[in-house]
Amino acid sequence: MMNTEKSASVSGTDIAALEIQGISLAFRKRRQQLPVLNDISLTVPAGKFVSIIGPSGCGKSTLFHVIGGLLEPDQGVVRMGGREVTGQRGLISYVPQKPALFPWRNTLDNVLLAREISGDANEAARAEAREWLVRAGLGGFEKSYPHMLSGGMQQRASFLRGLLAPQEVICLDEPFSSLDELTRSDMQRWLLDLWETSRRSVLLITHSVEEALLLSDTIYLFSGRPASVLHRADVPFARPRRESVIEEPGFLELKREISARMKEEQSKKPI
Amino acid sequence: MKLRRLWNSIWPPLVAVILLLAVWQAATSIFQIEKWILPSPSDIVREATGGAAGLWKHTMATLRLMLVGFAIGTGTGLLVAFSLHYIPSLKSSLYPLIILSQNIPTIALAPLLMIWFGFGILPKIIVITLVCFFPVAVAAMDGLTRTDRVMLDYMRMAGASKGQIFRKLEVPHALPSILSGVKIAATYSVMGAVIAEWIGADKGIGYYMMLQKSSFRTDKIFVAITIIVTISLAMFALIALLEKWLVRYKPLKDDK
Repeated sequence: MMNTEKSASVSGTDIAALEIQGISLAFRKRRQQLPVLNDISLTVPAGKFVSIIGPSGCGKSTLFHVIGGLLEPDQGVVRMGGREVTGQRGLISYVPQKPALFPWRNTLDNVLLAREISGDANEAARAEAREWLVRAGLGGFEKSYPHMLSGGMQQRASFLRGLLAPQEVICLDEPFSSLDELTRSDMQRWLLDLWETSRRSVLLITHSVEEALLLSDTIYLFSGRPASVLHRADVPFARPRRESVIEEPGFLELKREISARMKEEQSKKPI
Repeated sequence: MKLRRLWNSIWPPLVAVILLLAVWQAATSIFQIEKWILPSPSDIVREATGGAAGLWKHTMATLRLMLVGFAIGTGTGLLVAFSLHYIPSLKSSLYPLIILSQNIPTIALAPLLMIWFGFGILPKIIVITLVCFFPVAVAAMDGLTRTDRVMLDYMRMAGASKGQIFRKLEVPHALPSILSGVKIAATYSVMGAVIAEWIGADKGIGYYMMLQKSSFRTDKIFVAITIIVTISLAMFALIALLEKWLVRYKPLKDDK
């Protein structure tokens, strides 16, 4: 399940875990065309963490629905491991914005849901899930129902559900946006540690520049609606990364640069 | 603590009932009301304890009829809801008809059913099924259509099949709603059974009532009513317990 660092480091030659090419999509509303995605291309190499930053409401979530196969793009293709999979479902592990844990399942069963769907929620999977729950600080809460957990704990359980899913690529849709500032930075640190040990291929949507810089290998900056790729930036900081990277001058400079680009984009938005 | 809360919710209606019975008892003796018009509560109690053996047989007959009808009615309701949910064209064509059908009073249909299906158990089961199926079907369909959007998206993206979405998301999500429909159906089923027995039966509480009506035994009719109310309450309590057990994941209402 877990990719070791070794298998991720041969990425130079191997095929991207997820590649989308020239995706365009418009919603039709009473004869009106509402373009949402405009010729979007991006790549998530195997074992890399890629983020998308963009103004809120720019159609980032719609992109996930396209990748997840819920929406058919008007143009463009989605490839996974080199195979065209446009419109196919069940190939990504999705972590929605709200935890969306099932209230009638206890934490352990919630975390195992994706495994159940793919039909391999066996004893080994349960043991693995228990181990991860302990590591995520949810050790004593296996049998608790979601409403008994705090917001941060629910979000962590939701992450674990995504992490334990059999699919290679994990898509995170603004997973921290509903949390308060303190929990949020806690969760970022937690996710960073978690990712450093598991090294899955991740695509994260966020509107926080700092969050993206802290976690990612590559950042794509999106424009406002209709969303298109404005800028692609590689994050140079070494792995394994620590949270203290936030204070490095290079980090601050990169943050300033990307924020400036974002502000410029925001100001173009018609009011 | 919990017991105390329970007691706090029980005693006010209990006191009201006791007061009502006392006023009733007093009124019948003060105004010297004839026993065949309005028997006093003590008359009714005396009658109930005296004629217990014969009543037991009728009660059992009604209970059996009601339980079979309730099970079939609830099953039909669920089946209808599930199939309408899965075949939208069926829903748009049949749902209005189902709503409309509720304007036909069951009591008006009962004689027809007797003519078509005789005096056996079948027409009675049909009557109960007709009254039970509607609340269950409507509640279940309502619950199914209100499935959480984000959870549904999650299931779809995870590649869940229609069957998996149904079993793991839609049914558990609709369960509280379904159970509130079943609770209504449970009390309706008692009424359905009694109506069915009024129309044509040779045993049961409904039959017993008709028999006593023709001999002006008002006290015995009151005994029958008491039994019906008791069965209704018991059914309601039973389903409420089932609900508590099935929907045990829910936070208590006064949490937070």
